[in-house]
Parts: sequence; C-alpha cells; structure tokens
Amino acid sequence: MRLTCPHCGERDRREFYYQGDAVALNRPDPDASDVVWDDYLHNRDNPAGMTRDLWYHEGGCGAWIVVSRNTVTHEVLTTALASDVKEASA
Amino acid sequence: MRIAGRGRVDRSKPVSFTFDSHRVQGFAGDTVASALLANDIKLVARSFKYHRPRGVMGAGSEEANALVTVGRAAHQDPNVRATMQEIYDGLEVRSQNRWPSLDVDLLAINDLAAPFLGAGFYYKTFMWPKAFWERVYEPIIRRSAGLGALSGAHNEDLYEKAFAFCDVLVIGAGPAGLMAALTAARAGADVLLADEDSELGGRLNSENEEVDGISASEWAADVVDELSAMPNVRMMPRTTVTGAYDQGTFGALERVSHHLNDASGRPLECFWRIVAKRTILCTGAIERPIAFRNNDRPGIMSAAAVRTYVNRYGVAPGRAVTVFTNNDDGHRTARDLRAAGVHVTAVLDSRKDAPEGQGYQVIPGAEVCDAGGRKALESVTYRTVSGEEKLGTDCLAVSGGWNPSVHLTCHMNGRPEWSEDIQSFGPVEGMVPGMTTAGACNGTFSTLGALNEGAEKANEAVEALGFKAVETERLVAEDAPYNLEPLWAVAGRGRAWLDFQNDVTVKDVKQAAKENFRSVEHMKRYTTQGMAPDQGKTSSMGALAVLADATGRGIPETGTTTFRPPFVPVSIAALGAGGQGIGFSPERFTTSHEASVTDGAPMIEAGLWYRPSYFPKTGETKWRQSCDREVQMVRNAVGVCDVSTLGKIDIQGSDAGAFLDFVYTNTFSTLKLGKVRYGLMLREDGTVLDDGTTARLGEEHFVMTTTTAAAGPVMRHLEYVHQCLRPELDVSMVSVTEHWAQFAVAGPKSRELLSGIVGEEIDNERIPFMGCGEITVGGIRGRLFRISFSGEHAYEIAVPARYGESLYQALVQKAEALGGGAYGMEALNVLRIEKGFITHSEIHGRTTAFDIGMERMVSAKKDCIGKTMSERPGLYGDEREQLVGLKPVGAVKQLTAGAHLFEVDADPVRENEQGYTTSVGFSTTFESFLGLAFLRNGRARHGEQVVMVDHLRGVTARCEVCDPVFFDPEGGRMRG
Repeated sequence: MRLTCPHCGERDRREFYYQGDAVALNRPDPDASDVVWDDYLHNRDNPAGMTRDLWYHEGGCGAWIVVSRNTVTHEVLTTALASDVKEASA
Repeated sequence: MRIAGRGRVDRSKPVSFTFDSHRVQGFAGDTVASALLANDIKLVARSFKYHRPRGVMGAGSEEANALVTVGRAAHQDPNVRATMQEIYDGLEVRSQNRWPSLDVDLLAINDLAAPFLGAGFYYKTFMWPKAFWERVYEPIIRRSAGLGALSGAHNEDLYEKAFAFCDVLVIGAGPAGLMAALTAARAGADVLLADEDSELGGRLNSENEEVDGISASEWAADVVDELSAMPNVRMMPRTTVTGAYDQGTFGALERVSHHLNDASGRPLECFWRIVAKRTILCTGAIERPIAFRNNDRPGIMSAAAVRTYVNRYGVAPGRAVTVFTNNDDGHRTARDLRAAGVHVTAVLDSRKDAPEGQGYQVIPGAEVCDAGGRKALESVTYRTVSGEEKLGTDCLAVSGGWNPSVHLTCHMNGRPEWSEDIQSFGPVEGMVPGMTTAGACNGTFSTLGALNEGAEKANEAVEALGFKAVETERLVAEDAPYNLEPLWAVAGRGRAWLDFQNDVTVKDVKQAAKENFRSVEHMKRYTTQGMAPDQGKTSSMGALAVLADATGRGIPETGTTTFRPPFVPVSIAALGAGGQGIGFSPERFTTSHEASVTDGAPMIEAGLWYRPSYFPKTGETKWRQSCDREVQMVRNAVGVCDVSTLGKIDIQGSDAGAFLDFVYTNTFSTLKLGKVRYGLMLREDGTVLDDGTTARLGEEHFVMTTTTAAAGPVMRHLEYVHQCLRPELDVSMVSVTEHWAQFAVAGPKSRELLSGIVGEEIDNERIPFMGCGEITVGGIRGRLFRISFSGEHAYEIAVPARYGESLYQALVQKAEALGGGAYGMEALNVLRIEKGFITHSEIHGRTTAFDIGMERMVSAKKDCIGKTMSERPGLYGDEREQLVGLKPVGAVKQLTAGAHLFEVDADPVRENEQGYTTSVGFSTTFESFLGLAFLRNGRARHGEQVVMVDHLRGVTARCEVCDPVFFDPEGGRMRG
C-alpha cells in the first residue's frame, strides 16, 4: 500500500503509523455531554467503502495526514495535512 | 538420455552433483530435473500420502512431483522443485518423503490401504475414542505428515529485501513479455522485466520454431541483448513475482545464489517490493494433465515439458515416447521428438477428427485408460471404439490443453471469466488496477499472437503514462490453431490422479460431491485438492471440471477457488530478511555503555536500550549485595547513573507554554525561567499516559523529559495534539533524546562532586531545588537540572552526546573519590520505591490521576487532554484501587510484584481480590522489603493489614498498608 504524504510524496505504508478515524479531529467542547464525549472517544463506524482516517508519517517528516480511502477497493483518493483540514474547519 | 547436437546446455562445461549420494553428471544450463532425466533416473520422489513412486512431470515452477531437498545441515532446503534448481559442481540433492530409501519406501504400505484413506478419512476415522486423539492419532499423523523436513538448525543463510520502482513492470519474459518490454523501453519508459527462469525467453527457448527467420531462442537472445544495452531497462531473471498488492505494489522473490557453489557474500534470496505505475502480465499458461488410472507413474509428463527437455536441454525423457492429447499441441511434441530422432510410439488423440501424423502414427478417438510399471512407466493401455490395446512405452507426453496463468490478476479479489474457446478461465481487464495481460495468460496461445499482443499492450501502457507509442515491426512467427476438445478425466475403474502433490484423485472429488461438499471451496478443503505447496497449479482446473460433472453443473457455474499470494512458496527468511537476531530488535547504546560493560555490569533491556543492572565489586557474588551497596552509597555519599534513555523533547514557540498547559494536567505557562516542574500527562480517555519533568530554558523554549518506554508514543502524541487539535498554536518540537547524554548525580555529596567538574559555582541561589541552568563542563556548554528520582539532593547534568563518555568517566572517578560510584537500575528502583515515585509499573495504562493520588494536579482553571473524561464516574472514588505502600509484618518477609491482595481472613480467590502489587524491592535503609501496590480505597486504609498472595510463585505474606512514601516524607533531603 502506498500513501502520498503532502510533504514527502508517495511512500510505502511502512513509513506510516495508523491512528484511526479522522473524527478524532473534532474534539468536543470540554463541557459537552457525556454522550458527545463517549461518541468522540469510543464509537466508530466500520464502513465497507469510503473512510477518512489519520495516519502519522512517523518514519518520515512527522506530519499527521488525513487519508480518504475505500476499504473495499483499497483505492486511496486524497491525502491532506491534518493541520490544514483542522484549520479549514475552524 | 542425452540427444547429440540438441539443446542449449553448454556441453563444454560438465557439472557433477549428487542425488541421494549417487554422482550425477550434467552440463552447465541443466536443472536437477533435466540432468536426472538425461541420466535415465525416472524415480525422483515419493508422493505425499500414498508414497507412490513419482518422476518429473513438468519443466517449470508448477512442478507437482519432483520435490527434493537441497543442501545439508543448517543449509538444508526442503521441497525445492527439481525443475527450478540449476545444477552446480558440488550440489547435494536428496529425495524426500521416503524411508529408508527412495527405492524401498516402507510407508508405501499406505498405497495398499488407499481404499480407506480417501477424502474425509481423518474426519471420519479419528473421532473415537476421544482421548486417543492427543495421545495416539495426532503423534502418528504428525510423524508421517508433511513433505520435506527442515534441518532444525539455525538458518545461517543470508537473505535480503529490497524495493524497486519502475514505469512499466513486465512479468514474464516469453514472447509477449519480451515484446512488451522492448516496446515500452523503446518508447522511453523505465522498464523492469522479471522472469522466474534463469534464462529469459520463456517458451521461445523450449520450442522448435522460428521468429523472423531465425530460431526462436536466437530471436529471444537478440531481444535480451538489445534490452541489456538500454539504460532504462532492468532485467531480473530468477525472479518470481509472487503477489499483486495495493497501489501498484508487487512482491517478488529473487533466487540470487541458489544456483551458485560459492555465493561470495551474496544473499541466497532477495524479497523485492516492486512499485510500478503500469504492469503488463505475460505469465503464459500451464499445460494441464488428463486424469486416467495410474496417471502418476514416473515417465508420464506434460507434453510441453517433453518438448522443453528435447529442445532446450537436449534430453529425451524416454526411448519410446507416446503422446496422449486432446488438442493440436500434442502433435507438436511428436514432431519435435521425431526431429530429434526419438522414437514416437503413437499419438493417442482423444478427438475423432484428429489430424494426420507427419511421420508418426496417430490413433484418433483414443483415450489412455491405464498405465503400467511401478517405478518407471512400462506400458499404457488405451481404449478406442474397437476395444482396449496395450502399448509398450517408457514415456507418455500428455496434453490436456492450457490454463492461462491468471493467478496475479486475482490477488485483489478479481474473479477470472470462463472462456468456451480455450475451455479455461481467462483474465478480465481491470482486475488489478493498472495491470493488463498479454499472450498466453490472456488466452492468446500462438507465438505470433503473443508477440503482437505484447507490443500492443505495452504501447497502451506507455501512452497512458505520457510517452509516445512506438511503431512495431511486423513479425513472422508460428500462428497455428489450438483445436481443443475438452477431456478432463478418462472414465474407468481405479485411481486417477488430479492433484499429484496432495494425492487427490477423481474418486475423492466425486466422494466430496456425494457427501454434499458441492461448493468448490468446500470440495477443496475436504479433499485438500490445491492445498499443497503448488496450490493446485496443474490440478485445480481438472478437479473443478470433475466436480462440475459430479454435481450436474457447468464449469463456469461451479467457479474457481480463490487465488491468493504467493504464486510460489516464499521462505519466511526472505520475507523477514534482516529480522533475525539483533535485526529483529536493534540495540540502542548509551554513551556510557562501554564503560558499564568494562566494569562488569550485566546489561538489561529497556525497550531497545540497554542499561546496567548493577556494578559488581570484588567479593560481591549476588546482585543484592551490589544493589544494597549502591543504595547506601547514594543515601550516604554520591552515586552516578546514566539517564540518557529518558525521552527528551525540545519545544519552542511563542505558544509553547499554552501548548504544554494543554497536554499536561498542570500549568506550565506560569513556570519561571530557569525552573523545572513535574508534569502529568493523560490520554484523552482520562487514564495516565506518562509523567516527567519539563524545564523552561527560555521565554519560548522548554525541554520536556518523558519516561524511557514512552519516548516515542509521547512524541507522536504531542505532534498529534498540535497538528490535529491545536494547529493554531505557534509551537514546534523535536526529539533530542539522542543528542544529549544525561547523568543523574545523587546523594548528599552530589554538589561537592559537581563543583569540581562544572565551571560555575553551584549553590542554592543559582540552582535551587527544581531549578535549572546552562553550565560549562571543561569548556563545553551543558545543562544542569536539580531534580531527584532518589529523594536525595540530586542533579541531572546534560552535555552533547559526543562528550557523554568522557563526562561519565569523570563523574564516576570523582564519585569514587568521595566514597560513591556508579549505580544501576536495581539500586535506582529501590531508591524510587523508598520514595514512592512511580514508573510505568504503576502508570500501566489502567490507572488515573486519582488512583496515584495526583488528582489535585489536574488543574481546574484550564482544559487539558483527558480532563473531561478523567471526571467520569467510575474513574475516581472509593471503589478505585489506589496507590499505597506495603510492608511485610508477618512471618514471611518477602514481597513479589504482580501478587494479589486480600483481606486477612478472606479466601484468596479472584472474587475476593482487593488489589495487586506493582513494584517491590528490598530496602537496606529499612532492612525490609517495601512494595508499591494498588488497593481498593487504599488511601483510607493506611495502618490496616492485608495478605499478599502470589499464586504463581507460591508466596503469601501479611502486610501493613501505609503511605507510598516510605523515606523522608517531608522531602528535606532533596530540598536541602
């Protein structure tokens, strides 16, 4: 599997650390309800199809990356710096 | 038998090797199989289950019968296909799966028991009595099961792994592959051409035909020459592409030095990961056998393999060869044999309208129904409308048609499609993104068709990559029709083999269908067809056809089983190359490593790091003696300990303070310049992640320390928090763990020690408790932190790593002059237990700030990672197991880590468990074992007694619960 790091270009997946769903970017307000926090921390979909997840270019530049990919076809559609995604949503 | 004047082996270079200790003569260019056949050695192996005599069947990697063991002792390599192993002087080959010898194999008794050993035999037989399975059946089955054996010795061979990149990967270098590579290369693309053979050319080297007016093998050699001269082409012979993976990645096994007597330091094998923008699959096709009674006799071979032996190796596999075919291709074999002067007994053609013989006899409508001769073929019996006839022959060349090698196209979940024309499954475009197929693997069986298709597909591929397609010349080559009339199994009594490697017969497949294992996947698992190392390359199609017939369905409805990587067996050693021994776990050494080892310190692993356990002095025979002395040394004089393994992270930026406030539970933005603070870090779910100290070196400059174990995870966590949660903060961080050598100097004489080494005056004014500052050591700029993990007046001194070794030696020398010295991990552990300081034994991933008594460190004034969730019900309160100290008070004075705690009169069973011990050590200061433990509602139970039970080590000790800080609870010694 190959992932394109926005800094370093296309690299083998062995250079990356896999974190999980990119929903982790949407940290709730500290005063949000238990349900909201529970959802944020624990509840994840397991889709057959499109996913957005976070990868860390640990063996490379150290960038956290949002990867859109298809779990059925294994196609990687887009990669973007997590910081850009986060700032764009702020 | 060698045929004079034929073949491509080098007759000027004789090569000799041994087969079961017999000396065998061959020539450079021979495989073990061709050399054995040249010497009329027909019996090569014994079959898996029935121990039937077997000979060479094919000439490529699909070989199902001729599996041998190569090499000896630690280098022993079992299940090597004799058809793939090139010979060299001194090669040692042994037959396998036989005892005591290949000729006399006692387990051949299994063949007589065959009526009882059919499909499902194990499942039906070994059901009763139940207790017999483990003690009787399994040991017997295990002893007789398996093909070759491993040596059992450590594998000392060298293996390698490597990456390669290209525009166009061409898999297979037959007519289609050579043309594809040539076309793509001429267009300017970066081309990688891989083929599993030692010589590129594929069937061109095996057929007696012409391309463009010259012999096919010469034409192939010319193309290889042209490709060799091109800088944008890389050719990889002896390389089998084993699997297709995501984003154009392929696995490939290169047999680097299996063919060499002296590898001269080269690896045995190299496992490649090839990344290609486009791939052209030119893997050809595999000829399939026809099932008939006793069709596994040595001497019954693939008709195409017979041509390979005649044309490429100059070997006649028999003196009187019979051909059995259901298509025109079989006649080619007869023609080539005749041209080579080998007697052709007859061509038995199952088609009623078989073409006429060209100088050989053809019997149309004939089906072989039995074969005679046990260790070598002696005769075949065939059936026509006019009855059965017996024919004396010592070799039968069988062609049941061709199956395209579509394996790689199916590795990403694609399913091949049935083609009526070729009576086989063929590839569908797009099964693997970026891959196209050309030649025989695409169902195009003629040489001309393959050449043209290779060029055409290469042009499509390079155009897609932005290159200009090249004009290809019109070639003249063989373009004969195929004219196949399907015949899978000849009807009749007796056992007819489908899967030679796993001994699966037509009867077994029918049995499976009868017992309702009608799905092809169920039939496969019930009969084990296709589950041998060859994965059914020659057998799956036939088994499928028999199953389709037995279940009254068509072949396309029955479908194929799933093709999975690897295409050929890959040794684990190649896949995991570099991962043996220290390669599995690289060693990280501190700058004091050599000095510690020289002092005789046993080193222990801490993650990948190695740290000294203790430093034995003359007369000390037990580790405890050294440890006790080192503890007293620190308490009474001064000790030196390398703490460089702790993670160090340099954090800078105008928002560095705000960032630390967010990742630590307590506040760091208020930390004064030149001060150090202890910090606690939580995971977002509220449990403790790590702890450590962070120093403020400048207004916008902090340096954080982490525990040794969590250095990597904390770095990742910090980057995550910054990039994913708080990108607006102006902060940057970098790990500097390796850049600084850092030593703890602890004990009442620590300041005295340092004053002679550090350039500046050290007093409470300059470096107060929890203070830090820049210093010079012998003119080198360093850092000094007044922090303590021992409870003593202590410092940590840091210098750039290249000065670590000399500073360490200077510190230890001075310490010894003051009545102290170096101390190791054992003493460090006792010192911190006496002080109730925690490590990852306590913050093990299930404990909260509340559990370790640090809930007040979670600041109420700000948000931080883990704060909200740490306030969840259940993460604090009386029900939680809380950190306490334990002292033995009963007759047993020993404590052990990992033991469980119970109330004094309670039964020590799981339901009554009250907590557990995490760290223990013997304290010379208190002349007693001390322990840290988690005990339910422990903070309210100081003074109570509990019982510690270690069920594993059989230790039970009555203990008193106390505060976890045993030594100097007011902290006067470290502040002093």
